[in-house]
Order: sequence, then structure tokens, then C-alpha cells
Amino acid sequence: MDKVMSNKKVIALYVLPALLLIAVIIYVPLVLTAYYGLNAWNGIGSPRFIGLSNYRELIRDGLFWDSAWHSFLLAIFSTLSLILYLAVAMVLASRIKGANTFRKIYLIPMLLSSVAIAQLWLKVYHPTNGILNSFLETLGVKNPPSWLADSSLVLYALFVPILWQYAGFYILIYYAALKNIPTTLEEAAKIDGANALQIAWRIKLPLTMEVVKVTIVLAAVGSLKYFDLIYIMTGGGPNGASEVMASYMYRLAFRSYDFGYASAVGFFLLILSLAVTWIIRRLTASDDKIQYS
Amino acid sequence: MPVMKKISMLLTISILLALTACGQAKNEGGDKGTGGGEGGDTKKVTITFMHLWPEGVSAGQNRIVNQIIQEYQNDNPNVTIKQDVLDNEQYKNKLKVLSSSNQLPDVGVTWAAGFLVPYVEGNLFTPLDDLLSEGLGDSFVAGTTDAYAIDGKTYALPLEFNIAPIYYNRAIFEQYNLDVPETYEEFKQVVSTLASNGVAPIALGNRDRWTGSLWYMYLADRIAGQEALASAIKGEGSFADEALLRAATEVQNLVDMNAFVRGFNGLSNEEAKSEFLNGNAAMYLMGSWDLPNFTTNEDIPQEFRDSVGFFKFPTVEGGRGNINSWVGGPGVGLFVSEKSPVKEEAKKFVRYFVERWGEQSVTGAGVIPATKVDTASLDLPKLYEDLFNEMNNATSITLFADVQMEAQAAETHLNQIQALFGKSVTPQQFAETHDKVLQR
Repeated sequence: MDKVMSNKKVIALYVLPALLLIAVIIYVPLVLTAYYGLNAWNGIGSPRFIGLSNYRELIRDGLFWDSAWHSFLLAIFSTLSLILYLAVAMVLASRIKGANTFRKIYLIPMLLSSVAIAQLWLKVYHPTNGILNSFLETLGVKNPPSWLADSSLVLYALFVPILWQYAGFYILIYYAALKNIPTTLEEAAKIDGANALQIAWRIKLPLTMEVVKVTIVLAAVGSLKYFDLIYIMTGGGPNGASEVMASYMYRLAFRSYDFGYASAVGFFLLILSLAVTWIIRRLTASDDKIQYS
Repeated sequence: MPVMKKISMLLTISILLALTACGQAKNEGGDKGTGGGEGGDTKKVTITFMHLWPEGVSAGQNRIVNQIIQEYQNDNPNVTIKQDVLDNEQYKNKLKVLSSSNQLPDVGVTWAAGFLVPYVEGNLFTPLDDLLSEGLGDSFVAGTTDAYAIDGKTYALPLEFNIAPIYYNRAIFEQYNLDVPETYEEFKQVVSTLASNGVAPIALGNRDRWTGSLWYMYLADRIAGQEALASAIKGEGSFADEALLRAATEVQNLVDMNAFVRGFNGLSNEEAKSEFLNGNAAMYLMGSWDLPNFTTNEDIPQEFRDSVGFFKFPTVEGGRGNINSWVGGPGVGLFVSEKSPVKEEAKKFVRYFVERWGEQSVTGAGVIPATKVDTASLDLPKLYEDLFNEMNNATSITLFADVQMEAQAAETHLNQIQALFGKSVTPQQFAETHDKVLQR
């Protein structure tokens, strides 16, 4: 076995299919997107090279920066919600009654397709017969808001299902990380007289920190390029109030027929995501390697 | 580079299809007709035909399409028609992607005016004037092919023709002793009576935006007149025209009167329609394509269908519009790809299809065709016949604004409509934003 693995040709043979696939599916379109971003192109005729004009327009495009701000807000909210998920995972991991059932319940949204979730929440938010407004009305609220029609509310109304959708995913990751902590540590702490809060703060949190860092990157970058629920539930409306960068890009390419500019937006989104990843990595970098034993 | 482009486009298609949760990731580019050209009567010919009438959503149309194709294949045993069926939005996306990789189907469905422009500029559709001059032209309702003409050449042949009346629920009107309004003042009376009785006066799903555009178009037409609106849309006139500003203000007045269902800016047209179908809302301004729902569609209770009537958008006092002027226009039309290897065969098929579609679509789908049909000999629902006759009395028909404008301007218009209805812009800002994109 070792002999086979040290053979360079065999290694190449094994790596090649995946490499090809990644190159064709990710890197080639990436380069092409960067190229189209430098062109004026309606997606049908032939592209016309215009250099950096698209990017100059991008910097002055108020609609783009609005959508970028919305994406950024989503990133903040999904990062903050990680705290909640971690807390839930800690409770679930501490052998409470029915933890297994709860874990499955939290995971259900992740198993639904985005379209199903969108349809579900459209019904919840329906202004007259939605469950949310019906509930508010029975509580005596006279004029419950139209969640998806009110431009000051719509973005936050959309955040709820988006965060809900991914809750199970992060809880699962944290749960696995917490289960990995040797029980001896916890027992030792208990013997030393630490209470549950101290154990969570001083032992469990530091030991899951590496995982937390990864999830922060996942949540932040995932939010920056978020698309599906917003596209299905509001299409970015009303009048761009819930537009995020990815939906703005889609709108430019497939509604305004401005493929060149949309490519520029897409490429900018990539750069932004890379930058955010790098920044988060820098901010959370730590020298001390934690050792379990 | 072309190979790269093709590859990347194929990938875009697959990503797109995955995105829109559609399982039909077939690429039909490879198996286009092998025979072809002139005189290929005996050769085997395959014509690919991409359309947007899936069985589930447009059962009536789907049946007709299959029937026509079957007949055509029986008459021309050497021809095989291969269908590729997609849903409306997915259809638009796929057409776009296929056209950038030069893989358009031989025959396909397109929309008029603004939608058509990039395809014609990209030299992707072939002119069909020879079909029109060979006698087919006479069978169209006058003027219906105009919207498909660019620089004097017609690039697609229309199948449907639509106008938009206000449908209303007679049962609700009777309950509150309301008469069909003929003037805008009367209309406002109706709205305020309904609103004060807790009935939503108008079903409007403005998440789709073109729905709200219909209301603005009509108000603009009735107040400012057809010419002012048309020239503003062309970029020659201005949306800041006093009468057009008044139309925009009037939209916001209606919003203030609670004329539209609650949360209309967040509702899709389908959701709004169900408010009307459930009897929660009294009126619904929509195209004649929805007629089957109020006449023949068995899924909707007979009692409701019987209670639906329609009226023409009322005239505004002091306005320049005529009550017989409509907002509407041709629906979809058929194009033939410029690069099709079986162009002549495809044209022949289009001709056959358009001719057969007329009568079939009246009886089978309940839509109004773009070709002349003698309805006297057919047994048709009254609502349908009445609207059909109204169309013959029309003094003018203004094409839907978002169809008239080119993609980018249409996008701005639609967003501004949502903003106007949501009161996040003033009529003045609404006008300025329009002029900025239309006058450049």
C-alpha cells in the first residue's frame, strides 16, 4: 500500500479527476467571470472590452452598496446567532432528558429545501391569514404589520427564516465538537468544585474554539453570498429593500440583461468574501495550541 | 475561446437549473436536426421546439400544443418535433443562456418589443416576413404583429392577444348595493364603501411589480391620454408631465384609501388572485389570460365563476383618456432561430402552428388568440364573448410598459412602481427616475 502511494504517477491519477472537475466547474468560470467583468455585454451579442468601467460604476452604484449593507447585516446577525446555537448545543450535549429528540427537531429545517422553507414562511408572514398576524390579532394588536411589504421590516423578517434554516447545521457541528471533549476534564472540574457555568466558560468554550472559528467564517461568508430564500420570498423587493449582493447580481444578469456589469458584481463579491475570510482568520488567530491531555 | 465559452455556458445552465430546482438538465444542443434545408421533404428532420406550457400549470395550452404537433407529424411523416417544456421564469433564463452559447432551439417562444431587441441585435432570430406576405398576414388581428417588428422586419408571430379589464365579484357588489363604476369618482365611491365595510376592495400582488404597473398605466392613460404616456415611455416626452404626475399621485391616493389588499407589496400575483377567488377582495385588474379561471376552469367553484363580471377602467373627469382605450398587448409569439439548420422546415411548422392555434386556443384554453377567429359559430362562455367583443371596439391598445421598455429601463420602471405603491418615493421622484433611464 505504501509503495503504491509513493508512486507519483498513481498520485496524479487519483488526484486528476477531482482536480479537473474543480478546475472546470470553479476556476475556469471564475476566470471567465473576471474577464466578462471587464466587458460591456448583454449576454447575447459579443462582449466589448471596456476595461475597469464596470468597477468604476460599481463604486458609485448606490443600489449595490445598499444590497452590500444588507448582506453585511445578515453576516453580523448570523455570526451573533452562533452564540445562541453554541448555548443550545451545550445544553443538548450535557445529557439532559430528550436531548436526542431535540437534536433531531433542530435539524429538520436543514433537511427541507429552500423552496419549501420559503413557501412555509410566506404562509407564516401572509398579511391577512398568516399564522403570525392571526396570532398577533388574537393578542389584540390592531394593525399587525405586513412583514414582507414594509420596506423597513422586510429585511429582518427574512433574517428569521434564514437563521432558522441553518440553526440545525451549526448546532450539529457544535454538538459533535462538544462530544469530543474528554469527559475526564469535566469530571475533574466537578471534583474541584466548578459549577456548570464555569465548566461551560472555562472548559467547553476554549476547547471548541477552533470549531467556533470555522463556523464564524462559514456563517459570515455564507451570508455574504446568500441568495435563495430572498430570491423566492421577495425577489429583493419592495424596491430593493431586501436586496442582497447575490440577488442584485442575478437581477442585473437575468433581468436587466447586463451580464458584464453583473459579472463585475459577482467578482467583487468573491473578493469581498475572500477579504472577510482573511480578516476573520487574522482576528481569531491564536498562538497557543490547546491540548486535551 | 468559443469552446471555453460553450463549456462555461453549459455550466451556467446546469448551475441555473439546479438553482431553480428543475430537473431537466438535458442539453439538446447536440441533437438538432441533421437533415434539412430546402427540398428536404423526404429527409428525416427533427425540429426542436421550446415552450412554456407545462402540463401542470397550463393544462389547456399543453394539450393543444401536443395535438397540433401530433397532427403536423401525421401530415409530415418525415418531421419529428421535439419539445422542451419549461416554466415561465425558467424558460426566460434558459433562453438567455442558450442564446449566449448559440444553441437556441429551432422554434421557440418569445415576448414582444423590449424583450425582443437584444435577440434581434444579436442576430439570433430570423425575420418571418415571407410567411406574412404569403397570406398568413391576413389572418392576424390588425396590428398584433407590430409589437414583434423591429426596423420594419417581423421577428416573431404572436399567438395570443390580451387586454386587461377589471374583474369584479358581483355577489360582493350586490351585497353592498354597488353599481359598476363608469367614472373614476364612482370608482372611488365603490372603493371607500367596500373599505369601510371591511372588504378589501382590490386584489393586487405587487411583489410581481408588473401588476401594479397595470394600475399606473391605466391611470396615466385615462388622465394624461395615450400619446403622453407613449411618448414618455419612448423617452421623447417626460414622466414629469403634469397629467402623468397626477396619475402617480392618484396611485398613492388609492393606497391611502386602503384600496388594495393589505400587504400588497409583499404578495405575489398568485397570492393576490387567491384573495379574489376566495371572495376576500372585490376587484382584480388582470389580463384576459385569466379568463379560463372565471369561465371554464373546473377547479374553481361554479358559484364563484358565475358571479364574476368585468368592467372597463373608468374614465377620469377632465382626463384625456377614452374608456375604450385598453392596456394590453400580444402575449407570447413564436420565433425561428437564425442559426437553425432546418430553418425552412421550422418556418413551415410555425405557419401551421399559428394557423391551427387560433381556433383551438379559443375552445380549448379559453385565451384570446392573435389570429382572427369567427366566434359566432362557437359555443363560448358569455364573459369570454363580451370581452372578445370589447376588444373589437377598442380605440387603442397600449402595450404593457415593461414589455415596451428595454430590459434595464423596464427593471427600473418596475422597481419604481413598487416604490410608488409603497410610498417610499414621491410622484416627483418617480417621474425623475423614469426620465433618467428613458431619456438617455
